Amino acid sequence: MAPVVQIEEIHKIYESGEVPVHAVRGVSLDIHKGEFVALMGASGSGKSTLMNLLGCLDRPTKGTYKLDGIDVSGLDKNELADLRNRKLGFVFQGFNLLARTSALENVELPMLYGRHRRMSTAQIRDRAMECLESVGLTNRADHMPNQLSGGQQQRVAIARGLVNQPQVLLADEPTGNLDSRTSVEVMGVFQKLNEAGITIVMVTHELDIARYCKRNLILRDGVVVRDEAVKDRSIAAEELAKLKTAETAAKLLASPAA
Amino acid sequence: MRFSSTIRVALRALRRNKMRSILTALGIIIGIGAVITVVSMGNGTKARIEAQVAALGRNIITVYPGSSSSGGMRGGFGSSVTLTVEDAEAIAAEVADIDGVSPEVRDRNQVLANGLNWSTNINGESPDYPYIKNWNIVAGSMFSDQDVKSLAKVAVIGKTVVDQLFPNEDPIGQTLRIRNLPFRVVGVLDVKGFSLFGSDQDDVVIIPYTSHMKRVSRRANISTILVQGASPEKLDVVKQHIEDLLTQRRKGREPDFTVRTQEELAATATANSEAMTFLLMGVALVSLVVGGIGVMNIMLVSVTERTREIGIRLAIGAHGRDVLTQFLIEAILLSLLGGVLGILSGIGASNLASIYMGIPTLIAPWSIGVAVGVSSVIGLCFGFFPALKAARLDPIEALRYE
Repeated sequence: MAPVVQIEEIHKIYESGEVPVHAVRGVSLDIHKGEFVALMGASGSGKSTLMNLLGCLDRPTKGTYKLDGIDVSGLDKNELADLRNRKLGFVFQGFNLLARTSALENVELPMLYGRHRRMSTAQIRDRAMECLESVGLTNRADHMPNQLSGGQQQRVAIARGLVNQPQVLLADEPTGNLDSRTSVEVMGVFQKLNEAGITIVMVTHELDIARYCKRNLILRDGVVVRDEAVKDRSIAAEELAKLKTAETAAKLLASPAA
Repeated sequence: MRFSSTIRVALRALRRNKMRSILTALGIIIGIGAVITVVSMGNGTKARIEAQVAALGRNIITVYPGSSSSGGMRGGFGSSVTLTVEDAEAIAAEVADIDGVSPEVRDRNQVLANGLNWSTNINGESPDYPYIKNWNIVAGSMFSDQDVKSLAKVAVIGKTVVDQLFPNEDPIGQTLRIRNLPFRVVGVLDVKGFSLFGSDQDDVVIIPYTSHMKRVSRRANISTILVQGASPEKLDVVKQHIEDLLTQRRKGREPDFTVRTQEELAATATANSEAMTFLLMGVALVSLVVGGIGVMNIMLVSVTERTREIGIRLAIGAHGRDVLTQFLIEAILLSLLGGVLGILSGIGASNLASIYMGIPTLIAPWSIGVAVGVSSVIGLCFGFFPALKAARLDPIEALRYE
């Protein structure tokens, strides 16, 4: 089976400043269906640029990128938008939900564009509810983002990313704005989705978060310096259980034994 | 994006900043309100003038004599007396679709009666005159064709003359003297009031035109010919016929007459008020443009504020066109809101103007249509630039915007 993401000798050079910035210098990469990849690297390593390229938000200066067999480099702005809408799901660091818009409507958003125009209002609503259910937020459908916790907001964002049944779910620092416990919860959601067959690529700079993935890629100065399968993978459910035990222990210690 | 959700999103965005939306719309409200008010005032004045013109009579065509010229001096209209009774008779006999003809002879003279005297207008007319002028006889009756033929010394007088010469008695059957000739009063005209041009229409004595020409003014020509068309639709055709007939009767000589319809008279009378209306409308339109700039300003602010939202929409598959439409619809709704409120305030203002300032107003239905059209066009024009700015955003930049 052909890889979902197929990148060959991809380069990205920014010409906007005085000196051209060579952000990605020849990355080749195959990602197959069902993978769960973490892109890691220090700031300035080119991971965000690579993520934008993967997300079809930007076009490579050199090299080819095939997403689900489609060569991206020849597409124009609107074709790229349609491709993003059809093949990709996005989860951002800052959640990026529309303010004063209910969770359900946020999830519906991708269905308002692209080929989904012909879906009926009821179909759109049903599909959005399904996705909210898969991240365990059915009971928060009518809440506004400011009425939700950070973890809940990120789960709404994940549901929004899933709603068009994408080939790849791209997550840019999905746990960057979350505390450690909520981060584990969100990683749990990702692991569950991955088990259900969804391909996930995420950018993170936290090593312990990367350990929840199946494959880690490390970038430095625009090239991949390490590409390895995760040994001794963390499982969110177990980590949560551990956290719970630790908390209970802490409480017992903290409360004075009368 | 589908249209219904675009509208919903736009309404939500406007509701989010209620105060700002209303203040922005205020520019449009004032502009549209001013247009509606000004047009309704102009319209009301025009209707009032038209009513006054209609009171002059029904479908009247007037034939005026041409200008005279002697030794290089050219007089204006009516300076020569070139119309004859025969011209009037020819019109009556040959032109179709007319209901009445009255050769008019006008003069001012001192009138005596009862030991009182009064200087007034002495008009020679035919018996058709009250009918043509849509003017009722309230006592007695109009003189007859027989009176015209026999140069009878009979008169029908207006209310002002009654007040001046017969203050305390019934004027019917009384005698008044014009140039020392006794005329018997056979009828009294209804009160008509002042004309469009400010003269007292009731200050008049009407006698048969034949009596006027032979006994009073002793002239061979008539002042004007009044013709009543049978219907307003045929007035122009009748006018043309009269012109043709009179030209033919001049046998190749330079036409020495002018034919005017009542509509033309009305047009002259309303021209001034229309010019004023257009001037004021121009001012109001300028304020609309200023309102439009306000809309543009706020839309630019709105685009900047919502850069991230635009970035999200673009990232998940919105085309530039979808974003463009969204902001355009928002701008159009904003100015339409202003338009609707402007229409209401315009209607209110013109009612106040007519109640407290006595200015006649009449809301023109077309002005409401135009107001709605103009305000959506303003939204479209002034919203286009901000919307284009939004549509051209780069999703990566927009998502990173703080």
